[in-house]
Amino acid sequence: MMAKKTREAPRLRESAALAVSPNGRRATTRAPSLLTPRFSIIRDRERCIGCQVCVRQCSFDAQAYDAAEDEVYGIDANCVGCQRCVAFCPTDALTVTERPDRYRQNFNWRSDVIDDIKRQAETGGMLLTGMGNDKAQPIYWDHLLLNASQVTNPSIDPLREPMELRAYLGQKPERVRLEGDRPQPETPFPPQVLIETPILFSAMSYGAVSLNVQESLARAAAEVGTLFNTGEGGLHRKLRGYAGSTIVQVASGRFGVDSEYLNLGRIVEIKIGQGAKPGIGGHLPGHKVSADVSATRMIPTGTDALSPAPHHDIYSIEDLAQLIYALKEATNYSKPVAVKIAAVHNSAAIASGIVRAGADIIAIDGLRGATGAAPKVIRDNVGIPIELALAAVDTRLRQEGIRNRVSIIAAGGIRGSGDVVKAIALGADAVYIGTAALVALGCTVCQQCPTGRCAWGICTTDPFLSKRVNPEIGAQRLINLLRGWSLEIKEMLGGMGINALESLRGNRHHLRAVGLNEAEMAALGVRVAGT
Amino acid sequence: MNETERLANPYNDDKVIAACSIFGMMDTSGRAVPGRDVIRAIANMHDRGNGLGGGFAIYGIYPEHADCYAFHIMYPNDEVRSDVERFLGQSFLIIGGEEVPTQPAPRVKNPPLVWRYFLLIDGAQRGEQPEEEYVIDRVMTINTAFPGAFVFSSGKDMGVFKGVGYPEDIARYFRLEEYEGYLWTAHGRFPTNTRGWWGGAHPFNILDWTVVHNGEISSYGTNRRYLEMFGYQCTLQTDTEVVTYGVDLLMRRHGLPIELAAKVFAALLWGQIEDAPREERALLTALRQVYGSLLLNGPFSVIIARQGEMIGLTDRVRLRPLTAAVKGDVLYLSSEESAIRLVCPDVEAAWTPVGGEPVVGRLREPIPQHRKRLEMAVA
Repeated sequence: MMAKKTREAPRLRESAALAVSPNGRRATTRAPSLLTPRFSIIRDRERCIGCQVCVRQCSFDAQAYDAAEDEVYGIDANCVGCQRCVAFCPTDALTVTERPDRYRQNFNWRSDVIDDIKRQAETGGMLLTGMGNDKAQPIYWDHLLLNASQVTNPSIDPLREPMELRAYLGQKPERVRLEGDRPQPETPFPPQVLIETPILFSAMSYGAVSLNVQESLARAAAEVGTLFNTGEGGLHRKLRGYAGSTIVQVASGRFGVDSEYLNLGRIVEIKIGQGAKPGIGGHLPGHKVSADVSATRMIPTGTDALSPAPHHDIYSIEDLAQLIYALKEATNYSKPVAVKIAAVHNSAAIASGIVRAGADIIAIDGLRGATGAAPKVIRDNVGIPIELALAAVDTRLRQEGIRNRVSIIAAGGIRGSGDVVKAIALGADAVYIGTAALVALGCTVCQQCPTGRCAWGICTTDPFLSKRVNPEIGAQRLINLLRGWSLEIKEMLGGMGINALESLRGNRHHLRAVGLNEAEMAALGVRVAGT
Repeated sequence: MNETERLANPYNDDKVIAACSIFGMMDTSGRAVPGRDVIRAIANMHDRGNGLGGGFAIYGIYPEHADCYAFHIMYPNDEVRSDVERFLGQSFLIIGGEEVPTQPAPRVKNPPLVWRYFLLIDGAQRGEQPEEEYVIDRVMTINTAFPGAFVFSSGKDMGVFKGVGYPEDIARYFRLEEYEGYLWTAHGRFPTNTRGWWGGAHPFNILDWTVVHNGEISSYGTNRRYLEMFGYQCTLQTDTEVVTYGVDLLMRRHGLPIELAAKVFAALLWGQIEDAPREERALLTALRQVYGSLLLNGPFSVIIARQGEMIGLTDRVRLRPLTAAVKGDVLYLSSEESAIRLVCPDVEAAWTPVGGEPVVGRLREPIPQHRKRLEMAVA
């Protein structure tokens, strides 16, 4: 047993205990870390068969093998809690658990606060993180409850009656004008994009996620009849066959954008902001820019891909209008142009301006929207919840009589079909899901995305790790997820006595609030349950 | 106290929830028929209502004033009446006005004053505003600015009679046996949540459009918020209101024929649209894309009428009943076939319309009192 203790010495990350280790092997010129390990790797020796699957699976060097002792062992200080080893251990010998009572309990000086300060004191930089805000701000979805029919109105059984989830994204004219002897709608009618279920895959660029992940998303979108979004990393040659299921994004770095790219997609999306990091740009470090990423993004191999915080040709709303129409010209007015913004304080006024600037679709990404990399302080403190932003935008556009001129896509923290239905009732035409899709592929939201070492092979360009997502299996898992959610949405619609999605859009009468104050209910446009 | 307080929805529920009986009868030759049959038919469906609302719309009722807007207005007292009459005098040329004749009827309690006026539009007053918009504005003003006053109907050569009671009681109260018209619709109401308000009974009206409705519209929130964008204020919190305004928007303002408006209210399934002939597909797709927010979802059957036209329609999966029948020139629409058979035992055909397919009755030619107007319009 004593041997094991000394063997735990070769950690990658320094710890306080090691700094004073008597064996002298830890001499280092770096200042020692004062962080304590966050996770415990607990191994049931009765069950462990020493197969080393955990060692091979761990991409954070938290599992190791000692050949001399013929024994596997964990290195807690390196563990990120991603559970990859736990899931793959053939004998269920492993438990990875968050250590309780790491510091003296304190509501103000929580463990994460202490960790952040220590880490920052050791590095002197901004703290980077991945995924969405994990703090305890209210999640309004959980305070909204749905209606169902009783007596006065029959609920509809989706197994026996038609139930329609189809939606068309794009600008709608105010009215249908008939022309000619045989009534025909006037032409030209603005371009509309059909989706068979109101769930789209959110922007995740090649480079941030692996090509296998993008291929999984593309195949699933094509199969289900929805769309995936390229993010700002361009569209890899290999995926051009899925162009019919693609939203191509134009972001401030313009990576991968050329005429062919724009004309491949069904929708062109201008990315102004992202819920995880409103107001700041992006940074794909050079070590992630492989030859393949370089070809797709159209930048030299190994160079940092820096997306500026603003588009440097958009300093105001009239500039946005110019870009919207430049993209419409480039695509011969055949595709809707979407504008994606982060949910911020003046979202309603901004959205109104975006509609008037000619956008066909507005995507709003809320406080809990995820990212491959963002400064932690931005992710956790900037922006507003999607529920409030969505309600405000929908209400404002209706007040101005322009709601029909645009489709609204809500994004940022949609966790299940219940959230989807509530978003539609608040006023969305459809939702984007990002994190939920990645979780379907294995992600456990361990927030290590910016390290590029994702043990689940998702947020990485490492070829060895990327292989962990098989596009065929990944696509099937995503298809299953969308199918399951769609079935659930149909069931909820039927319960409300509704058999078409469009009759739920903006239908806040089917929502009631629990545990919210008057101001919050007014902002959401819903009443308290029981009234 | 007179039942003139706007208590259609005193508990502030999302909408008035009601089940109902509806009946419609139209002689497409334009021959005026007395009310006896309609009253018997709606009374035969007594058990579909609960005495908290009944009403009738009659077309071709005022041939001597066919060119005038006939306003039926409810008042709580003479003071409000004189206020409204002063407003009417400022807005219109009042050709005639009188209290609507009534007689005592069982179970009709605390009735409001109901008066009718025949009004012409003073061109100078109207200014640039289109005539119909001008009339709608005046109706909305009376309904909102004069406490307790409410316009039952505001169309030409038609009138709405309605109140709190069973429909047969309301008919007796307003002496409807004495009226004749070529088109009648009737309604008996079963609200679940209110003691009733005379203005909240059906038919609902704007200009010469009337709607009687049986159902609960689960898409009400969506429909209402959509209509608000076009300036319709749904102040009564009843789902029938959205049908009325929806009809006005689609048919009067956007110029769609009833067959296409029906394809908005009870849209074909996307699968059916895909199977439609190619030339229809584009139109049906466009209608559903543009007017998806006016799809009336949930159970309903409805009879919509205007001068010269009566339309029966159910929701697209037909969750509320509607039977149609014809005998000679007469088209019948009813919640129950028994009501039709009662007044016309030897119908030539009776059928249950397919969900979402409108049944349309049209005058074969204009009735005499409207011919002159049409000729003038042509000239």
